Amino acid sequence: MAKGDPAVSSRGRRATPRSRRAAATGEPELVQLLTPTGERIESATGPDGTEYRVDFTDEEYRGLYRDLVLVRKLDAEATALQRQGELGLWASLLGQEAAQVGSGRALRSQDMAFPTYREHGVLYCRGIDPIMPLGLFRGVDQGGWDPNEFKFNMYTIVIGAQTLHATGYAMGVHMDGKTGTEDGEAVIAYFGDGATSQGDVNEAFVWASVFNAPLVFFCQNNQYAISEPLERQTRVPLYRRAGGFGFPGVRVDGNDVLASYAVTRHALDNARLGQGPSLIEAYTYRMGAHTTSDDPTRYRIASEVEAWQAKDPIARMKAFLYKQQIADDAFFAEVDEQARTEAVHLRERVLELPDPAPVSMFDHVYPHGSPELDAQRARFSAYMESFEGSVH
Amino acid sequence: MATETLTLGKALNTGLRRALENDPKVVIMGEDVGKLGGVFRITDGLQKDFGDQRVIDTPLAESGIIGTAVGLAIRGFRPICEIQFDGFVYPAYDQIVSQVAKMHYRSQGKVTIPMVIRIPYGGGIGAVEHHSESPEAYFAHTAGLKVVTCANPQDAYVMIQQAIASDDPIVFLEPKRRYWEKGPVELDAPLSGAYPLHSARVVRPGADATVLAYGPMVRTCLEAATAAAEDGRELEVVDLRTLSPLDLTAVYESVRRTGRCVVVHEAPGNLGLGSEVAARITEECFYSLESPVLRVTGYDTPYPASRVEEEYLPDLDRVLDAVDRTFGW
Repeated sequence: MAKGDPAVSSRGRRATPRSRRAAATGEPELVQLLTPTGERIESATGPDGTEYRVDFTDEEYRGLYRDLVLVRKLDAEATALQRQGELGLWASLLGQEAAQVGSGRALRSQDMAFPTYREHGVLYCRGIDPIMPLGLFRGVDQGGWDPNEFKFNMYTIVIGAQTLHATGYAMGVHMDGKTGTEDGEAVIAYFGDGATSQGDVNEAFVWASVFNAPLVFFCQNNQYAISEPLERQTRVPLYRRAGGFGFPGVRVDGNDVLASYAVTRHALDNARLGQGPSLIEAYTYRMGAHTTSDDPTRYRIASEVEAWQAKDPIARMKAFLYKQQIADDAFFAEVDEQARTEAVHLRERVLELPDPAPVSMFDHVYPHGSPELDAQRARFSAYMESFEGSVH
Repeated sequence: MATETLTLGKALNTGLRRALENDPKVVIMGEDVGKLGGVFRITDGLQKDFGDQRVIDTPLAESGIIGTAVGLAIRGFRPICEIQFDGFVYPAYDQIVSQVAKMHYRSQGKVTIPMVIRIPYGGGIGAVEHHSESPEAYFAHTAGLKVVTCANPQDAYVMIQQAIASDDPIVFLEPKRRYWEKGPVELDAPLSGAYPLHSARVVRPGADATVLAYGPMVRTCLEAATAAAEDGRELEVVDLRTLSPLDLTAVYESVRRTGRCVVVHEAPGNLGLGSEVAARITEECFYSLESPVLRVTGYDTPYPASRVEEEYLPDLDRVLDAVDRTFGW
């Protein structure tokens, strides 16, 4: 085919995108254990024949519901704090609670997570104080926590960069001999649909594959990279990309906390046993804006949002708990009250976060300092002190 | 004390071997570093002796090398990454500048990235494009990174071990055209008593003018000093060794004595290391200067075709020409 042949290329433009777009953005082979109306599905089969099921106690079902509600409420509180000028920015997880709680609860204590900047739900499930990332968004720090203490890496804002860090960490797990047993370690890397176009993510796929790293790539496909819809990133369903890199991929209903848990637990356990990486595409929807600086009405229509509203992760779990008489009104009221209390508590503590001392900007550039920087710090301090006693 | 005559490349190889022996968390990773021993053979024999979990042939993707090394460092390893040639480091630039350099700062000191990024750099070997570049200013401009370069086998042997032992992420620039040059190396001297990594060193004393260089240009400047001495002019040559942080204490002392200073590097002059050095000398030694600080550098062009690289690169005559001009001011 000659490049630039008008007949061929125009025919190609008309015919192919429609069918491939349907394949990329439709919902084939979606692993689902809880329907949008709250019906339980006993088991679901993945594209490679794996059968997924969960076996939770009533208490555990209620616990997942509580996680979902708390995570949404704390997220809403953070959005409100931004609107009131108390945070510089907030990246809301609204709509993605089930993907994050399901995968977050699937992690075992020894597992390591590498988040983007939106994994507040995973962070919560790791037992981390939800105020921890708020310093970053308030501008009082840059996310300064110890990844190894919390088994949760610092938030990463450069899209996809953390997938390579997760891959290297997972190679280290392997080199430390911590795979191959049921109590082995596994690693999970979070990223979004937009990130799948990044070189780093594709390099991470290659690396994890050839080194058989104990790693789960967890892609929350929330349909948008800020304004760009999924079809600007891919012409095949994202989970199928895994095949080309030599490891399994599965698409799960990311608004179904049970299925999200089941596929993640299975993938993590395979990884810790030494069976290598896999890709999970959690098919979900970003109900809110990309961040508080974004205006989604410029690029998507209300009916699309309404259609996803009907698949809400919390509503379906609530419907299930009601129908199965696992929870009653008193329980739901108690959860709401806990969420309200925790949100208020979070707000109070955010408002009390102190601004850092200006001279602290010189801290921690180098582990053992630098004479040049020490001299700059001294000059800065002297300059600041020259204002003491003045009206400025 | 065992002193052997080694090439600069073999000195690096021996230093890397020592580091692998001394710390089981040290790993080497890069393209062709294993069975082949690297395209310049700097890692020759190391995979054979330490295994493919310590000396890792990676996929061909530089961002992946640095990005996975970040994860290994978080896990507690001390990765030494080889970038095959200077001109191939740019795909890793984002990981180096946005991730490696900032991890310690962002984490408020809770994460250290004790990574060494080895880059053969500079021209003079008749290579095709992308194989002769001097990217040091990009890295020296970035807070959180340290940048060093060696100029002789003894420094190569010691500095590579010091860089690996350091908790800082360090860009370690290797003057590739000097890989085959030989010199004495003290193999048994303890690292603890070695000359400090982030220190410049006077490599030839002189009273008439100060000449600053680093990496491949140190030898060029020493040769210029020999030629100048035949004309009765004594040049003091300083090997900067550390490009970030700069160590200019000895330089200031020298310039206050000589009143004249020439900075020499292969990299283009515009916003190069020489510009920063000249600015600082002007700030510190203004009343001692008999002439402006002059720079002898590569030109502000892309690195040219190799048949004209001798005209592009600073050489003995261009260094002496600049010294002459400081006397004619």
